[in-house]
Amino acid sequence: MADTPTFVIEDLHVAIDGKQILKGVDLTVSKGEVHALMGPNGSGKSTLANALMGHPRYTITGGRILYKGDDITGLTPDDRARRGMFLAFQYPLEIPGVKVRQFLRLALKSVRGQDVKVSEFRKLLNEKMQQLEVDPVFAERYLNEGFSGGEKKRNEVLQMAILQPEIAIMDETDSGLDIDALKVVSQGINALRGPDLGILLITHYQRMLNYITPDFVHVLVDGRVVKSGGKELALELEERGYEQFEQEKVLEAVS
Amino acid sequence: MTIQLEKVEAAKKEQLAVSSLGYQFGFHDEDAPKVSFDKGLSEDTVRRISEIKGEPKWMLDFRLRGYKQFLRKPVPTWGGDLSTLDFQDIHYFVKASDQQERSWEDVPEYIKDTFDKLGIPEAEKKFLAGVGAQYDSEVVYHNIREDLAKQGVIFCDTDTAVREHPELVQQYIGTIIPPGDNKFAALNTAVWSGGSFVYVPEGVHVEIPLQAYFRINAESMGQFERTIIIAEPNSFVHYVEGCTAPMYSSESLHSAVVEIIVKEGARVRYTTIQNWANNVYNLVTKRAVAYKNATMEWIDGNLGSKLTMKYPAVYLMEPGAHGEILSVAMATTGMHQDAGAKVVHVAPDTTSVINSKSISRGGGRTSYRGLVKVYPGAERSKSKVRCDALLLDEDSRSDTYPYMEIEDERVQIEHEATVSKIGEEQLFYLMSRGLTESEASTMIVNGFVEPIVKELPMEYAVEMNRLIQLQMEGAIG
Repeated sequence: MADTPTFVIEDLHVAIDGKQILKGVDLTVSKGEVHALMGPNGSGKSTLANALMGHPRYTITGGRILYKGDDITGLTPDDRARRGMFLAFQYPLEIPGVKVRQFLRLALKSVRGQDVKVSEFRKLLNEKMQQLEVDPVFAERYLNEGFSGGEKKRNEVLQMAILQPEIAIMDETDSGLDIDALKVVSQGINALRGPDLGILLITHYQRMLNYITPDFVHVLVDGRVVKSGGKELALELEERGYEQFEQEKVLEAVS
Repeated sequence: MTIQLEKVEAAKKEQLAVSSLGYQFGFHDEDAPKVSFDKGLSEDTVRRISEIKGEPKWMLDFRLRGYKQFLRKPVPTWGGDLSTLDFQDIHYFVKASDQQERSWEDVPEYIKDTFDKLGIPEAEKKFLAGVGAQYDSEVVYHNIREDLAKQGVIFCDTDTAVREHPELVQQYIGTIIPPGDNKFAALNTAVWSGGSFVYVPEGVHVEIPLQAYFRINAESMGQFERTIIIAEPNSFVHYVEGCTAPMYSSESLHSAVVEIIVKEGARVRYTTIQNWANNVYNLVTKRAVAYKNATMEWIDGNLGSKLTMKYPAVYLMEPGAHGEILSVAMATTGMHQDAGAKVVHVAPDTTSVINSKSISRGGGRTSYRGLVKVYPGAERSKSKVRCDALLLDEDSRSDTYPYMEIEDERVQIEHEATVSKIGEEQLFYLMSRGLTESEASTMIVNGFVEPIVKELPMEYAVEMNRLIQLQMEGAIG
């Protein structure tokens, strides 16, 4: 584990449209670590991902988010991105008329806080596209417009590779992928793993963890992390499902 | 028809002018009499305009027909609000020499500010503001003009054309848009001045886009230009008018007429970018006829003015004719862009495409108003209409008025219209990559207009994007 935790979520409570979804989430992710956050549908996984990145529709009703020791709970999404955070979207948005290349260059300029030379950018883009086995014509297409599910997810990983965040939240990056696409995307993520990157990998299924071995696994049920452990916890979940935890939740409610 | 090339060369007193950007040209007639007219319009005004220009009788008669029709025609009650337009409070004839008396100090601050932000060079700022700067670059002008002349192309202002090519002007003027077509076309007929005259001989492809600035002086940039383009069979020309920098005019009415004849197998593309100051009524009639296998393309960008009413039209007269109208309109505070397109399928096997994009913000209003008409017998005609509106805030407004008059059932007509707002989710997505809210909105808007902007000549596309960026600054509360 790194010396200072990069990313600390403390007792986070989040509501959307007046409905309380997260009811006190605690998590710490440091650079160099991969944390898998697993949970059944409706447990609050996507709410957590969006709230961590500062989506305006998600209201923080309690707790706080610390990034390198700074409280970033009230910051705008662009501010968080410039500090080194990244969210890989479950459903990446289509931006018609905006080329991937054009968008990525402006994004890189934004997170670096200075202009990026055309030649340098071209080199970086080509290198990362090769690494992720992305067809070069990709860069000339309009952002996510008409992309297949797999292409959208691969584009998210490409963006992550270019922007080089320190903390990446990946929201169900495996959803909607067939097995071949899952392999390619997982390989891409593995290629980005390293001592300078902390990853919070949010997933419903264990299958992605066959390709990306997490350092820690957490189980989110009904807006709370109910169990944390090592990678073996994912296998246990694969075998026994989320029912045991939901059962505990029911018992808790009764007692 | 024999074209006297020397006549093109004969405009000796014309003085060339080119801006430092290299694509905006103009020349100025030094012998032009200094004439100042009082405001207001009467038959006498019309006669005096004709007299000063030394026009032949047929042109005076043409003007007078226009004037009679102007009196007869009602002010349109549809479209935008014209109730504050006072025809007697307008100068109908202003010579360049008079316009130059306006001083730079009279130009509103916001116009100067926009010039600065767009990076318009000093000399050009004054020209655009109608302060009357002159440029000189004989070399560029002569090179281009010689190339054109070698090909037999006529490209001059319409006043010159009346003097030097009267037979051509007389043959075509008013044939596509007759004097009594509508009140503003009638007004233009009565008082027109300047505009471009373009004649492209059979089989000639003009490689460079012809730019209005090439030969326009302060006078012909005026309010009532009359443009005529004749493309003989199998020829091609791309004509570009306007500029993305704001055009400042102390006069509040701009009413142009553009007539285009595209003969068999020819293709004409006409690109307009207007960014009039926000005191201007921009009421323009543009119409083209396309004959057998001919193609007419209107590309129309409307960024400024108080009210624009403009519906470029294509009449598809013979089989195989194709018409295309691509337009972008952006309305900000105090602006109404009532723009659209009109396609008339007269003959069978004709095709048309209308693609309209509009953006409203800060209480601005855009309207798409379009007509697709198919005459009986125009079988196997195909028309595809698509209009997309983007609203940037709750105060802004967008309307769609698509009219269809289909009198033949054996046709294929498609219509698609969308109205969208910049989505919170789209903004969040872009902002999560480090873009500020303003950068994200601008990127979405630029992407929205990209299908049209990419059809513009490069320097216009670049300026258009910069202008949208300017308009978007401060758009986010």
